[in-house]
Amino acid sequence: MRFILPLGIFAILVILLGLGLTMDPKRVPSPLIGKSAPAFDLPQLHNQSGSFSPDDFKGKVWVLSVWASWCVSCRAEHKVISRLAKMKLVDIVGLNYKDEPADGRRWLQQFGNPYVLSAVDIEGSAGIDWGVYGVPETFIIGKDGLIKHKHIGPVDDKALDEEIIPLLKTLI
Amino acid sequence: MKFLVSLFLVFSLIAPVQASIQIYEFKDPAIEAEYKDLLDELRCLVCQNQNLAGSDADLAQDLRQQTYDMLTQGKTRAEVVDYMVTRYGDFVLYRPPVKSSTMLLWAGPFALLFIVLIVVMLRIKKTRSVEAPQQENLDQAKNLLADDVQQINGLNKKGVTK
Repeated sequence: MRFILPLGIFAILVILLGLGLTMDPKRVPSPLIGKSAPAFDLPQLHNQSGSFSPDDFKGKVWVLSVWASWCVSCRAEHKVISRLAKMKLVDIVGLNYKDEPADGRRWLQQFGNPYVLSAVDIEGSAGIDWGVYGVPETFIIGKDGLIKHKHIGPVDDKALDEEIIPLLKTLI
Repeated sequence: MKFLVSLFLVFSLIAPVQASIQIYEFKDPAIEAEYKDLLDELRCLVCQNQNLAGSDADLAQDLRQQTYDMLTQGKTRAEVVDYMVTRYGDFVLYRPPVKSSTMLLWAGPFALLFIVLIVVMLRIKKTRSVEAPQQENLDQAKNLLADDVQQINGLNKKGVTK
């Protein structure tokens, strides 16, 4: 009988700690979900005279994928993003984050270019406005110009098939 | 001599690390104090257990620059905090605001303390009530003592002493 109280406290602690283990502290919920996509106007990676602004895609569902040539997990993500691009569901725009444009171009040449275009954010200012803190990050923007979803870290096949593609299909 | 050479080599390794720290200059010491205070309160999102002041991450450097720019442009502390929160959420604050989603965080420790106090008080009460003697027990004890005294007195009269 006298063991019940300590045992109960121990059991509660184990359950709480167990729950803590299943959560990923790196996944900080973005306050931008449901807000309109932050504006920027940045040069394009391949077409230097052209620029890109999220307003250009108003009325369309599109994906913003933040990547960099120095980012190792972007390589792992690349084939998944390419698979999404081949489905031709939506346009995927790259945001080349804090990268040397020449390095970025070489990276895309080497691995293939899944993006309709890439915007160049050398200073990382657009990244700050979009709340980017770890590359790669993937945003889904709806027809109304609002951010619908944010994926932090590399998108894997599971996340693509179970979260991103179903969401895109409901938005289109 | 060998020691001095190795010491020199060690310090030459440290030098490039120090060089990467950006130093900001302030004309107004009040703004400098505000800046330092803010960096202590804002969390670096890349290395989550460090604040902006203590982190050498790339993003932390950018956010320090952003904080410096905003403060020197005459923005208030609240405006800087608001800027960070709209982009990164309450998570950037080491002191999150009191609202429904953070109620457990703020009230939790006090609730726990309250529960513990109640449990302790109940326990103390329980042990006290066990120790408090009942009237009939007292009477019984008194009778036993009285018997003993009588017996001892009787023995003394018989002359059985130590």
